[in-house]
Amino acid sequence: MSKEWPLWEVFIRSQHGLAHKHVGSLHAPDAEMAINHARDVYTRRNEGVSIWVARAGDIFASSPGDKEALFEPSNSKVYRHPTFFPIPDEVKNL
Amino acid sequence: MNHKFDYVLRLADNVMVLSQRLSQWCGKGPALEEDMALTNVALDLIGQARLWYSYAAELEGKGRTEDDLAFLRDAHDFHNFLLLEQLNGTYADTLMRQFLFDTGHYHYLQALKQSTDQQIAAIAEKSLKEVTYHLRRSSDLVVRLGDGTELSRKMMQTALEELWPFTGEMFMDDEVDVAMQAAGFAPLPSALKAAWDTHVADVMHAATLRLPDANSWMQKGGKQGVHTEHMGYLLAEMQFLQRAYPGAQW
Repeated sequence: MSKEWPLWEVFIRSQHGLAHKHVGSLHAPDAEMAINHARDVYTRRNEGVSIWVARAGDIFASSPGDKEALFEPSNSKVYRHPTFFPIPDEVKNL
Repeated sequence: MNHKFDYVLRLADNVMVLSQRLSQWCGKGPALEEDMALTNVALDLIGQARLWYSYAAELEGKGRTEDDLAFLRDAHDFHNFLLLEQLNGTYADTLMRQFLFDTGHYHYLQALKQSTDQQIAAIAEKSLKEVTYHLRRSSDLVVRLGDGTELSRKMMQTALEELWPFTGEMFMDDEVDVAMQAAGFAPLPSALKAAWDTHVADVMHAATLRLPDANSWMQKGGKQGVHTEHMGYLLAEMQFLQRAYPGAQW
């Protein structure tokens, strides 16, 4: 049975969370059942208020081989990082 | 006669026995996701059983606890529907039993929310949140498997026909039901049958399954403590530890 079920990636927005976060994956025949399964597998301990599921096949990932091309350039350009400003004490989470 | 105690105990026994059955699937479900889902349902039901048993113990007022009621009564003192003690069988049998009960359970709880007994109303309201999901899930799966492959359809049809004689009992009134209804504590089971019929017919239609004859012979007795041959084995397993080591704790 599970051989015919495609893989789905599950994203859950937590009670106080602003964004959906990837929490794992599961197998299901279609989106409706994927949401039911996600509810049973990932949200039974008050984890979330909203579920997204996406077929794993519809997700495209960056390649580890492209790491330098994608991320390296900014590391050597300190002026791109806003670290030269004094932060007022009142601002706690920046 | 303490009718309210008898009635609450029936509600408790129903969910306790079904929870015990469902937990027997743990680790044996047809897919990891289904295994998790069934276990979740089993845990929901045992949570509900605890609420009903605690209240029943309080109503009885003889110092028995929820554990005493669950683990130290024999089959003839259990008053669950016969449907719920039936063997798990195949996954089709389990799902069909679940669907037939979920539909009834949902309508019972909807009506019990209106109970003039505040504790009954409160437990019904809490349980209903879970049971709404159970019903949604089992309805969906019955349609998928009924309207699935030739084999899955056949298995669902067989399950429906084998379990059908046990469905009538959910809607038969006895003196406890009549007394509860007269006091405003609970609906008459017979008053819930039309809603059950409608939902079951809709789902069976969508599942392309053939409904058995509505007037066919119906088994009864569970509510009176007269059970099928499966009940003794179910309890022997469930109660073994408390019977072998009375008062055992860990």
